[in-house]
Amino acid sequence: FTADGKDVLEFLGNPANYPVSIRFGRHRLSSNEKLMLASMFHSLFAIGSQLSPEVGSSGIEMLETDTFKLHCFQTLTGIKFVVLADPRQAGIDSLLRKIYEIYSDFALKNPFYSLEMPIRCELFDQNLKLALEVAEKAGPFGPGS
Amino acid sequence: SRELFVLTYGALVAQLCKDYEKDEDVNICLDRMGYGIGIRLIDDFLARSAVKKCRSYSETADMIAQVAFKMYLGVTASVSCSNAAGNEFSLILDKNPLVDFVEELPAERASLCYCNLLCGVIRGALEMVHLAAEVTFLQDRLKGDAVTEIGITFSRKAEDRKHKRN
Repeated sequence: FTADGKDVLEFLGNPANYPVSIRFGRHRLSSNEKLMLASMFHSLFAIGSQLSPEVGSSGIEMLETDTFKLHCFQTLTGIKFVVLADPRQAGIDSLLRKIYEIYSDFALKNPFYSLEMPIRCELFDQNLKLALEVAEKAGPFGPGS
Repeated sequence: SRELFVLTYGALVAQLCKDYEKDEDVNICLDRMGYGIGIRLIDDFLARSAVKKCRSYSETADMIAQVAFKMYLGVTASVSCSNAAGNEFSLILDKNPLVDFVEELPAERASLCYCNLLCGVIRGALEMVHLAAEVTFLQDRLKGDAVTEIGITFSRKAEDRKHKRN
């Protein structure tokens, strides 16, 4: 099904919808799954920073598995940005910093956004999507490849 | 474009003076508004300036005076530490763009802290990086003092931070 609930084959059969750009990726997490992941990771992060042999550890920055890599960036204010990506994807560090900028611009500066609540800001979503597209196009070798 | 900002700030203060009779109330209101700005502005500051974590109160005070003030007000302040314990600092502002169009406070508003918003902003921003501080105006050119001086007193020891942060 497409995002607005229409049947996919019907969508593909209608020439008015061409050109169609198709991207294959991992199954999108549901909101519930995201919450579970976030809370579990938050606790693991806390334990990780305490257990680390390094003094003043910055916590878990990357979690690598066979099928995905989880990148985490914690700001000095304690906010964590978590990105799940393909293990071969490069440029995630700069993506995380870009997301921090987008968050501070379109979520924090929005007077109607309350801190700690889910972000439902159009501009935030739009700019986030753009940043993700740039990072994805960059491919396994970073931007400019 | 800075002019519009300065004029807007002036209009804000003027409106608050109409809304509240007592200077103290206006000051509190300005501080509260500043706090609301500070808790959000800090992330913008950190995202754009990409600075590393400050390792001491002194570094933090320098960061505010040199980098943050420059970024948001276009001016820098000079920092001095005012006590042996190392947790009280004063920022001396040579130029304060917020009062560009203000000569002096009206007689009936003698205890108004015109720029109290700034104190709130600093306090809010520091709180979000887990530093509790009291920020007040120690001297104010508008009140006839020689300089404008903001005092920052950090209330919690830096070592405690490591254990609170996860």
